[in-house]
Amino acid sequence: MRYLFTLLALILMTNISASDIEKNLQTQFILAEPGDTIIIPEGLHDILGTLSIDGKQDLIIRGFGMDESILSFSGQVEGAQGISITNSSNITLEDFTVRDSKGDAIKTQYVDGIIFRGITVEWTGGPKPSNGAYGLYPVQCTNVLIEFCIAIGASDAGIYVGQSKDIIVRNSKAFHNVAGIEIENSINAKVYENHSFENTGGILVFDLPDLVQTKGDNIHVYQNLIENNNLNNFAPPGNIVGKVLPGTGVMILAASNVHIYENTIRNNKSVGTGIVSYFITEEPMNDSSYNPYTSDIHVYNNNFDRKAGLPTLDYEIGQLMAIKYGRNTPDIIYDGMQDPNISAGLCLYNNINARFTNLDIEHNFENWYSPFISNFSEDKSDYNCITNNKISSNPY
Amino acid sequence: MQILLRKVLTALLFIGIAFSSNPLKYAKPKLSDYGFFIGDLANLKPNKNVVPYKVSAELFSDYAIKSRFVVLPKGEQIIYQSNGEFAYPIGSTLIKSFYYPADIREPEENIRLMETRLLINTTEGWIGYPYVWNEAQTEAFLEIAGERLDVSFINSQGNEESFNYSVPNFNQCKGCHVNQNKMKPIGIKARLLNHEYDYPDGSMNQLKKWSLLDMIKNLPEISTISHTPNYNDPNDGTLEERARAWIDMNCAHCHRLGAPGETSGLFLNIEEEDKTRLGIYKPPVAAGRATGNLKYTISPGSPEKSIMIQRMLSKDPGIMMPELGRKLVHKEGVELVSEWIEEMKKD
Repeated sequence: MRYLFTLLALILMTNISASDIEKNLQTQFILAEPGDTIIIPEGLHDILGTLSIDGKQDLIIRGFGMDESILSFSGQVEGAQGISITNSSNITLEDFTVRDSKGDAIKTQYVDGIIFRGITVEWTGGPKPSNGAYGLYPVQCTNVLIEFCIAIGASDAGIYVGQSKDIIVRNSKAFHNVAGIEIENSINAKVYENHSFENTGGILVFDLPDLVQTKGDNIHVYQNLIENNNLNNFAPPGNIVGKVLPGTGVMILAASNVHIYENTIRNNKSVGTGIVSYFITEEPMNDSSYNPYTSDIHVYNNNFDRKAGLPTLDYEIGQLMAIKYGRNTPDIIYDGMQDPNISAGLCLYNNINARFTNLDIEHNFENWYSPFISNFSEDKSDYNCITNNKISSNPY
Repeated sequence: MQILLRKVLTALLFIGIAFSSNPLKYAKPKLSDYGFFIGDLANLKPNKNVVPYKVSAELFSDYAIKSRFVVLPKGEQIIYQSNGEFAYPIGSTLIKSFYYPADIREPEENIRLMETRLLINTTEGWIGYPYVWNEAQTEAFLEIAGERLDVSFINSQGNEESFNYSVPNFNQCKGCHVNQNKMKPIGIKARLLNHEYDYPDGSMNQLKKWSLLDMIKNLPEISTISHTPNYNDPNDGTLEERARAWIDMNCAHCHRLGAPGETSGLFLNIEEEDKTRLGIYKPPVAAGRATGNLKYTISPGSPEKSIMIQRMLSKDPGIMMPELGRKLVHKEGVELVSEWIEEMKKD
């Protein structure tokens, strides 16, 4: 019976014109059986609506290379994603490009076993608020592998993993996004050997309130090159990522059990690594189960480097840094908000070239003028603790 | 030759499907194959086991008019469950047809049928199949990849509306009809059926009629069942009840626990009582440019500052809500929900 389908597919394929590509791919996505490989032909293909895969097992969607097989959504009239994959398991996407989708480029939700390999997601008109929010966007997935991918121009995060578990992001590049790579409310993530550059912020680890998966845990960010993330923040206002300071290397927001090590973090003009609580967003907090503090954060063996120069002056915190430190702002900035109920706080050691400051926002931000007359503590001796590095398990 | 080839291929396709694990194996190629209607197919005159129904609050579908029927296997019944949901026998089918009159002010004149969607309860769960009507209006054919069709009609203000109507593909059916990864009917609930219907033999409450026809069992006293208002009727419920009915029917199929919109933490089902989950002073999570530079899903007292209204007004696929099934703005819906937000007290 399989042969009949193949035969049929062949006849259909030889019979179609370029404009039928969309219908043809969508039909194959609907009829696919476990073990099938669906080929995205060579060429630049205009697609007008979201291509969707739902309820499938063991599928490979493969192009002839990210420069050869390109799905362009610049004329998209329907659907909020380029490709949407839901309720599936063991899906591999490899060797093609998704370009200029109206919303997110590739969203996968409720998928166990999703591989993005050699995929480019991009918005070709440069960094703009009208670009889609996320490039690669697995959410509520388990066993996520992203490797050899490229994400360019997302108005939120180029590579975004949210509310997921058991994640690897490696050997990928992200540039000209607001956030290069973001791990949000996720558990067991390894992010390594990536190059995140020329974004607003290089790599973000966030825990946000009011979500279904409420708390992230066990996040390892190591051996990445995170540089020149000095792009203006072009996120549409209203998005939390709009709070990221242009010139941020790594930002940890309200997360716990996060390990940042052996990275090269250089020439990010405002903050090499920021460790801050949700209080700094000044957003309302109505979720009683939400923990707004950071805790159990380990930053060690990283190589910091920063050319003398002013931080961003677009944000109050940047102005404050500029007034306090002029052209030599610190590399590691902590807001000092330690969770009163958790003893494991912030650990910093063996970082090369790392200057530190503790904003102690609890005491220094009582009045609008308070920060300007306060003394931030640059003493990191309180945070010199040895780390117990528990790296996560992952089948990949 | 071309046509013959296509017919042979279609036949082969269906033979292939019948023997595979393919999701299309419960479908027939043409709407007429099911025998739901007698006489001219386009008249949608139901066969004797095919029962028409109406829901009190509808999903907005670009002003298309919808006709709905339910078919149960002979001698079998829907079971009313204590949580108010229906349990359907295997083989139950829901039939929903979408059509436009030339002039919306004369809804039964010069009708063009667009599509008929079937929702069939199989041993593998509910499955949705879209059938697209031909130009001659003599038949509707299964189109699993969906279709886009140019449509124009005269709207309620007497102006012409022209747009590209979209028939959902097989996956998109489930995109809305999903709950806990299972496909589910949306509209056919006791609270949405609990009102009068004009049957050929007189008007009667639909639940009572179904009871008399032995279509349903374990139905409690009808007066104890709630009624979701018809949001178009200002005399049916309070402003809040009507606005919540609109939001429930148009948003909650995704924005509920267990459905795809849950990632946003925004829950819009009619039962939701938590203000933040309903969007009140709730910052967006993954909205991207769809925030329209606004801070909250709902800003009490300020519909113009509420992301919800902004997304209801948009026709841009990257901004608009719902994500699918809408090419026009539902002006009346926007007015209703705006009015509700307008009257909401600021904190």
